[in-house]
Amino acid sequence: MTRFAADVVTLARKDLRLELRARDTLPAMLLFVVATLVVFHFAIPNSSSRLAANGLLWVAILFTALLGLGRAFVPEREHGVLDGLVLAPCDRSAIWLGKGLAALAFLALAEAVALPAFALFFWGVGGATLAGVALADVGICLVGSFVAAMSVASRARELLLPLLFLPLAVPIVIGGVGASVASGPGRYLAFLGLYDVVFAILCWASFEYVVTE
Amino acid sequence: MITARALTKRYGTKRVLRGLDFELEPGGFLVVTGPNGSGKTTLLRLCAGLAAPTSGTLDVSVDRGRLGFVGHEPLVYRELTALENLDLYGRLYRVPERRERIGMLLERFRLWDARSERVATLSRGMLQRLALCRAFLHEPDLYVLDEPFSGLDDAGAELLDRELAERRANGTFLVATHDPARLERLATARIAFA
Repeated sequence: MTRFAADVVTLARKDLRLELRARDTLPAMLLFVVATLVVFHFAIPNSSSRLAANGLLWVAILFTALLGLGRAFVPEREHGVLDGLVLAPCDRSAIWLGKGLAALAFLALAEAVALPAFALFFWGVGGATLAGVALADVGICLVGSFVAAMSVASRARELLLPLLFLPLAVPIVIGGVGASVASGPGRYLAFLGLYDVVFAILCWASFEYVVTE
Repeated sequence: MITARALTKRYGTKRVLRGLDFELEPGGFLVVTGPNGSGKTTLLRLCAGLAAPTSGTLDVSVDRGRLGFVGHEPLVYRELTALENLDLYGRLYRVPERRERIGMLLERFRLWDARSERVATLSRGMLQRLALCRAFLHEPDLYVLDEPFSGLDDAGAELLDRELAERRANGTFLVATHDPARLERLATARIAFA
């Protein structure tokens, strides 16, 4: 394993361990996504289209992810630990990728509950939707972790994260909804894959400047 | 090891450091004193690379991985145990024989019995000793210590006295303190902020 990969695994494992101890992110994400789908179930008429229902699924996923991302850097912010990580002799983008992988694990677990719940309340989830969700999750967590690190230094961090993240997530929603409802989902999945690659490179290259003065 | 010329740092309109010049040779022990808010912490954060100067030059000729930093916060995760925190930093710093070294430091700083307790349950003095373990874990070449005696009881302070005296021969030190008399016999240079 390369040094970079080893550092990413070390940092991601630390975040998973912190969540196992504190349990203050994943339970909130699970409750939120289920509650949101229940509200949508009662809020929209039974005759609503599959298109509308799929749109609601993506809204639920996006805001659930936002809930988790809002807490991503809380342990580092509250105790100044980010200074300790920044001083360590590892590539600083390993901090971002480790955080992104941990966020991805939390979001995947939330979706493991949300997708069956969606199938129960609305429509079954097809293979194209699952592929779209998987690709979208990667983009959401990588970009979201980057933006969360940017906003953590700000006094208005709770406002800044959604304000920065949601515009960047619009292409993910377009690609995800397209993959869920289009007859040919391939180009939407390719679009999501391209988004992931482009933004992963941008975040990796610029994270150093986010965590240093 | 550290050379500063006309070093200035501003936070907004507030000038914290104003045209500071100093040199710290390898093996030197520079003690920084001054009242609260005089710029001691800012100087140490600049030297550690945690902040950037507003103007002037600062050359710190040591790799990031060879620097040991103790700040106002212990820089450890409260929900992890002392052992888990040191293991995390040991991995990131590629400390050879990590487990043995962590065990030795925990013993030396009298934290071995508390090694499996969550950091959130430790006292202020124990947290400071853990912060010192974290900073000393990778045997740094440059020690940047901001109030290292803060929160330590008499036994802890004596422990740190002995530790600094032992490490003095193999390291360079930049230490901010309100108790310069304690470091008098180790110091080779002093900066006193007004």
